[in-house]
Amino acid sequence: MSRLKIGIDVGGTNTDAVVVDEDGEVIASTKSATTLDPSDGIAKALSEVIAGVDKSKITQAMLGTTHPANAIIQRRNLQTVGVLRLAAPSSLAIRPGAAWPKDLHASVIGPSAIVGGGYEYDGREIAPLEEKAIREFAQKCKGKVSAIAVSCAFAPANYAQELRAGEILAEELGADFPVSLSHQVGQIGLLERENATILNASLFGVAEGVVNGFHNALKGHGLKVDSFLTQNDGTLMTAEEAVRLPILTVGSGPTNSMRGACALAKLSDALVIDVGGTSADCGILVDGFPRESAAAIEVGGVRTNFRMPDLISIGLGGGTIVRQEGNGVKCGPDSVGYKVITEALINGGSTLTLSDISTKGGRLSGFGDASKLSGVSDEVVKQALAWVDEQIQNLSDRMKASRSTMPLIAVGGGSHLIPKKINGIAEVITPNHHAVANAFGAAIAEASGSVDRVYRYDDQGREACLDEARKLATEAAVRAGADAKHVRITAVIEVPMSYLPGQGCRVQVKAAGPLAS
Amino acid sequence: MRELTLDDLDDMVLGATLLGTGGGGDPYIARLMVRQAMEDFGTVKIVTPSELDPDGLVLTVAVIGAPTVISEKVPAGPEFTGVVNALASYLGKKPVAIMPIEVGGMNTLIPLAVAAELGLPVIDADSMRRAFPQIEMTVFTLAGIPASPMSVADEKGNVMVFETTDNQMAEKLARSAVMQLGLANGISCYSMTVRQVAEAGIQGSMSYCVELGKRLMAVQRGEAGSFDEFLKFAEAKIYFSGKIIDLDRRTTDGFAKGTVVIEHMTDPNRTMHVEIQNELLIATEDGKPIITTPDLICILDYENAQPITTETLAYGQRVNVIGLPCAPEWHQPGMLELVGPKAFGYDMPYVRMGEAK
Repeated sequence: MSRLKIGIDVGGTNTDAVVVDEDGEVIASTKSATTLDPSDGIAKALSEVIAGVDKSKITQAMLGTTHPANAIIQRRNLQTVGVLRLAAPSSLAIRPGAAWPKDLHASVIGPSAIVGGGYEYDGREIAPLEEKAIREFAQKCKGKVSAIAVSCAFAPANYAQELRAGEILAEELGADFPVSLSHQVGQIGLLERENATILNASLFGVAEGVVNGFHNALKGHGLKVDSFLTQNDGTLMTAEEAVRLPILTVGSGPTNSMRGACALAKLSDALVIDVGGTSADCGILVDGFPRESAAAIEVGGVRTNFRMPDLISIGLGGGTIVRQEGNGVKCGPDSVGYKVITEALINGGSTLTLSDISTKGGRLSGFGDASKLSGVSDEVVKQALAWVDEQIQNLSDRMKASRSTMPLIAVGGGSHLIPKKINGIAEVITPNHHAVANAFGAAIAEASGSVDRVYRYDDQGREACLDEARKLATEAAVRAGADAKHVRITAVIEVPMSYLPGQGCRVQVKAAGPLAS
Repeated sequence: MRELTLDDLDDMVLGATLLGTGGGGDPYIARLMVRQAMEDFGTVKIVTPSELDPDGLVLTVAVIGAPTVISEKVPAGPEFTGVVNALASYLGKKPVAIMPIEVGGMNTLIPLAVAAELGLPVIDADSMRRAFPQIEMTVFTLAGIPASPMSVADEKGNVMVFETTDNQMAEKLARSAVMQLGLANGISCYSMTVRQVAEAGIQGSMSYCVELGKRLMAVQRGEAGSFDEFLKFAEAKIYFSGKIIDLDRRTTDGFAKGTVVIEHMTDPNRTMHVEIQNELLIATEDGKPIITTPDLICILDYENAQPITTETLAYGQRVNVIGLPCAPEWHQPGMLELVGPKAFGYDMPYVRMGEAK
C-alpha cells in the first residue's frame, strides 16, 4: 500500500496544500487565500486537497506557517516573559533586552535577573549555579509572566546548568509552567541567543493555537496521522515540540519554497530565485538544504542568531515601476505590487511595469494585451531588460559559493523576467507544480539534528573532534525521529577562532534523514 | 572638550568598524555596554591634552581575549574598572583621564564605558588609530614608552599587576594570563602623563573616528557628493572595485589568516589579492604591493558602503577596496620593523599610500 503525506503552507497571501505519494509525486494540490484566522484557511485547504484522495493511506501531515513570524512583526498575542540569565558575575554590563524596540520590550519583557552561573570557554564554571537566587526570581515572576526564558553563558557547549535551572523553576512554579532554555533555541553568541529565547517564550500561546487548530482540522476529517511543523532549516519538529520551539519556524516559508522548488525539479544543488510582484528572493540549496546565514538575523527589530536560510532580496518583481529619465531608464525600487493585474499597461492600467517590458521583450505571453504597448520604445525595453539581467546576474553571483556552474530554478509569478542565459548558470528551470512549491517543500521535509560547539584541535586532533561532532549530530537527528539507517551528514562548517589557544575552532555539523515509519 | 552623546555613538561605531580594517572585534557588544554605562552613569567628556594638567596620570583600558569568547562571556564592568584601579593603586596616583590604546574595532568604545563609570574624561588620542593584533604595535613602542607596568583582570576580582622588560614580553605575558582568566578580560598598560600623550600619542583619534563615521553614514544614506567628501576627509582612495572570486581561510598560531581574491568589475584580467591576519594587511595586484600595513585597507560593500569584516567576507560580494593613510604619527624610525609588511611575515616593501607606481 502506498502511503501518502499532506503538506500545508500558510503564507502571507496564500494557503497552499498538496498530497504527495511515496515517490514524491503530487497527487492533489490546492491554493486559496490565507484567512484572517489562519486556522480557517488550514481547515479549508485540507478539506479541498483530500477531497479526491483515499484518506486511509494518509499517514503524515506537515504544516509550515507564518503565524509566529506575523505575531512578532505585528506585536500580536505575544506573552510576557521573565528573563533569567545564568552568567554572573560576567555579562552585568549589558542587561537583558538591551537594544530591543521599545514597544516590543514593553509588551514582552517582564522581570529579569542575572544570577551566578555560566561556563568559561574551557568548560570551567564562571560561578556555581546560584539556586537560591533562581527560587527568588521564580517567586518574583509568579502571576506576572506567562513563561520564563533561561540563557546560560556557553550553553551550546554545556547546558547542565540550564537544565538544573529548569528543574528549580518547575519546583517553584509547577511542572507545567512554560520555560524556554537557550541551548534548544540558538547558537554561540549569548545576547543574540537570549533574545531568540525570549521571543520563543513569548510565542508559546500563539504556537499552541496553531497546533490545536491543525490537530482539530485533521481530527475533523477523521485523519489519525503523525503531525509535524517545518523549521527554518527545512526539517521537521513534532507538533508537540513546535509548541515549545515556535521561534524555529519563523523562517520556514522561504525554506519550504526553495526546498520544494528544488525537489520538484529533481535536484539537490541549485540556486532558487522566487520572483514576486515587488521583490526577488534568492537562496541556494546544497545537498537539498538551504545554506544558512552567517550574519546575525533581525526578527521584529531584535538581533538573534538561530538558524535561518541565507536569502538575498532585491527590489525586482513583475510590478516594479519603470521610468524614463533623460536618455536612460530607471527601474524601481517601487512597485505596484499585486495591483499589477490592474495597473500594468497590458492590463489597461497607466503604469509602465517590468511585466509590460517582459511582454514587449518576448519573455512573457498570455498575460494582458500586448497591443497596449505601442507607445513603449524598443530602446526602453532593451535598457530595462539589460538592468533586469544585470540584477539577476549579480544576485546569482552573490549567492553562489564558488565559480562552478550550477542550475537555477525560477519560481513565482514574476519568474518570466529571469533571462534564459546567465553566466555561471548551467540552465534555468521552471518545474511543474511550482505554484505550490511551498506546500510541497513542507510535505517532503525530513527530521534533523545539529551540533554547534568549540573544539580545541590540539587536544585530540581535528579528525577526532569532527567525528565526535558528526556522531552527536546524527544522534540528535535520530532523537528527532529520523530513520537511523538513512541519516546523513548534510553540513560541516569549521570556523577557526582567533586568539583561542590549542587551535580553537567552532564546529557546526548537521545531520538529516527521512522520518522513521 | 566635547560631550559624547548617544547620536555620536552610532557614528563612532561605524567609524570604529572602518578603522578595524576588517578586524578589531565587533563593536556591537561594546556599543550596548557604552549605552548602558551612559544610562547608569551619564555621558562622557572627550578632552584634548591641553585641557588637562600636563603631569596628570593617563591610564588606558582595552578588552583582551578572543572575539568569539567575548560574544558568549559578555563584559561585566569590574574587569575594566578593576585594571584601571589596580594600576592606579600600584602607581600610587589617581588618573585624570582614560585613553584608548586602539581606536579601531571594539576597543574604541570600551574606554567610554569605563570613563562613564569612573567619572573621568576620555583623552582624545590613542596609539594606533586602526586595529592591530598585538599590544606592542603602538606608536608608544616607537617612542620608547613601556607598556609595563600593566594589569589584567577578570570579572570575578582576579587582578594581576606585572612588569616586563620590553613590550614584546608584555604581549606574551598578557596573552598567557588571559588564557587562565577566561579570554574575555580587561587590560591596562602604557600608563603615562598627559605631557607624554601630547608628545607621543596619535592626536584627535576619537574625534577623527566620529567624523569618519559621520561621513560614511552620509554615504550609506546616499547623500549627493558624500562619497567624495568621505574620501577627501580620510585622504582615502578607491584602489579597486570588483567581485570576490576566491577566499582562502586558515588558522595558524592562533591568528585567523587568509587571502581574498577580487576580480575587477570591468576588466577581468585584473585581480587584487588581499592578505588577512585578523586584519586586512596587504593588497597586491600582479604581485605588486598596492596598499600595505600600517596604511589601512578597508573593504566596503559596493552597494551600501558597509565595511565588511574578515569573518563576513564571502564569495560573490561586490566590493570597493579603499586605502586610508595611517595616522601621520606612525611615520618615524622603527615603524617598518614594528608594523610594516615584514613584521607580519610578508616579504615585500612598504609602499606609502600615494607612492605606488
